[in-house]
Amino acid sequence: MNTPIRALVIALALAGLGACKKEVVKPIDSVEPNGGDTAQVTPGDTDGGIDFNDPTSLDTVPCLVSRLAYFDLDQASVKSEAMEMIRCHGKYLAANAGARISLEGHADERGSREYNLGLGERRSNAVRDLLLANGGSSEQINVLSYGEERPICTESDDGCWSQNRRAEIRYTAKQ
Amino acid sequence: MPRLLACALVLIALLGPAVSFAQGLEIPIYKGKEAAIPIAIVPFAWEAAAMPDDTQIDQIVRADLNRTAQFRSPLKGDLPSMPARGADVNYAQWKQNNQDFILIGRVLGTESGYRVEFELHNVLKGQSVFAKSLPVLPGQFRMISHQIADIVYEEILKVRGAFSTRIAYVTAKRLPAGKYEYAIVVADWDGFNPVRVVSSSEPFLSPTWSPDGKSLAYVSFERKTGPAIFVHNLATVSRNVLTSFKGINGAPVFSPDGRRLALTLSRSGNPEIYTLDLATNSLTQLTRHFSIDTEAAWMPGGNSIMFTSDRAGKPQIYALPAGGGTPERVTSTGEYNSRVNVSYDGRLLAMVQGNRNVYRIAVLDRERGGSGTVRMISPGPMDESPSFAPNASMILYAAREGNRGVLYAAPADGSVRYRLANPDGDIREPSWGPYRN
Repeated sequence: MNTPIRALVIALALAGLGACKKEVVKPIDSVEPNGGDTAQVTPGDTDGGIDFNDPTSLDTVPCLVSRLAYFDLDQASVKSEAMEMIRCHGKYLAANAGARISLEGHADERGSREYNLGLGERRSNAVRDLLLANGGSSEQINVLSYGEERPICTESDDGCWSQNRRAEIRYTAKQ
Repeated sequence: MPRLLACALVLIALLGPAVSFAQGLEIPIYKGKEAAIPIAIVPFAWEAAAMPDDTQIDQIVRADLNRTAQFRSPLKGDLPSMPARGADVNYAQWKQNNQDFILIGRVLGTESGYRVEFELHNVLKGQSVFAKSLPVLPGQFRMISHQIADIVYEEILKVRGAFSTRIAYVTAKRLPAGKYEYAIVVADWDGFNPVRVVSSSEPFLSPTWSPDGKSLAYVSFERKTGPAIFVHNLATVSRNVLTSFKGINGAPVFSPDGRRLALTLSRSGNPEIYTLDLATNSLTQLTRHFSIDTEAAWMPGGNSIMFTSDRAGKPQIYALPAGGGTPERVTSTGEYNSRVNVSYDGRLLAMVQGNRNVYRIAVLDRERGGSGTVRMISPGPMDESPSFAPNASMILYAAREGNRGVLYAAPADGSVRYRLANPDGDIREPSWGPYRN
């Protein structure tokens, strides 16, 4: 096995590890604008003017209105541009103990369907781990994978595939 | 077994006996094959008093045999004569026509229906091979035609024919307002006589046959909490939930003796292969790895299981003992190999092989030992879900054309392929059923 391939294998193996253990929380610190005490959000706290106790914030605050994280091909590591969105939802979950979400992981159409179910779940798990690291609790989060079964876009090209490789946050209870 | 639901019997509403749209295998992409056995199939004479049935027996038998690429049978218009009885067969004429065999027949009326008499003649030897007859009820002419094809196939090749078998697949129809209607459909092997087994607004995946052909297992997303594996009795039209654990409940496949199911569960945190004893409902976990392990397939005899795993980075095929043990890698070529399906004798492994953005069906032949030889049998670029006929004469697989899913049937050498059309939406996830007794 040549070196670049071995490096890829190791990277993928680590990504796989991250998907099932709660160790991928490190990157969040680097994009944390105000320290790292996210797990200590208490009712009444506000963050950058966001009132996480107010369920209408889900419809008005940009980082809470946003519910989608996109992924690279065959990857389940959360990209930096999704971190802020996930951090907000983690804080919202922390502030609203009754809130419940369904985390739906998806894959593009390439490859076999059952393998893609696994890939979608890996992506859901990666987002879940970050939500937990930001104050969400596991009983608030239901992890699901639809694999390639629920595409946003049905053309067979890079543009569509990149939209379909995603994890979606769906609120089943807002507070 | 905390979350194994205790087999609650749920009655399924059948949506009419048959779907109305006409469909069948069509559009042959035919390369021809020199080694194929030439056999003339003469239109059967209608000698019954009743109005002739629409079914053209000769056309069905010809299509069945030609699609395997093991035979080549000329069109009706190219036949030098149309004998209906052995006495009328002129061997010299058929020899000059380069045929090795000729099948002739006729339909006679009986008190309860009909009788088909048919004869196979060996042109090279200039003698009859057999003369047989089968009773037919009205409406059974397609079925009888497939049976005749099976008899001819087995007589000449000494391998049981698989033309009387059925297939199962998933359809997805886009409805207004972004909704879908999914269904699991059972049809004759050539796509005729489709019957809906179950339908839902939520996806179905991975229908698979029990070895006795009486049941299907499949993955359903009908429950809001997540996917569940159902086993569905086709005769009683009832079904049970087999597993509905947290996470993935996927890729079910019956053991060759029908007593166990291999499946994928992610209840431990990521997808692992398990077996489920169907009598005791006890689960055995076979893999323990942080990678995705899924898409189990039993080897003949049921002692070994193959599966997809990305433990080395990209998905590859591995094998391990069905009682548990150390997985060994099976595939050595191709950057992406998944969804393996095993021929009845264990010699051929069909799988999805991906290379950059092209996913094709590859057949790995392990007869000569070692890592075997690989043959690509489909052009791609989005081919998946290969499924062998029970005699391994052909492979059914799913492909995409435009943004529509279609099914193809191809002989294991990939020399021909036929499309199973579904004008009503997507068609995918084919599974070839067992022999019917």
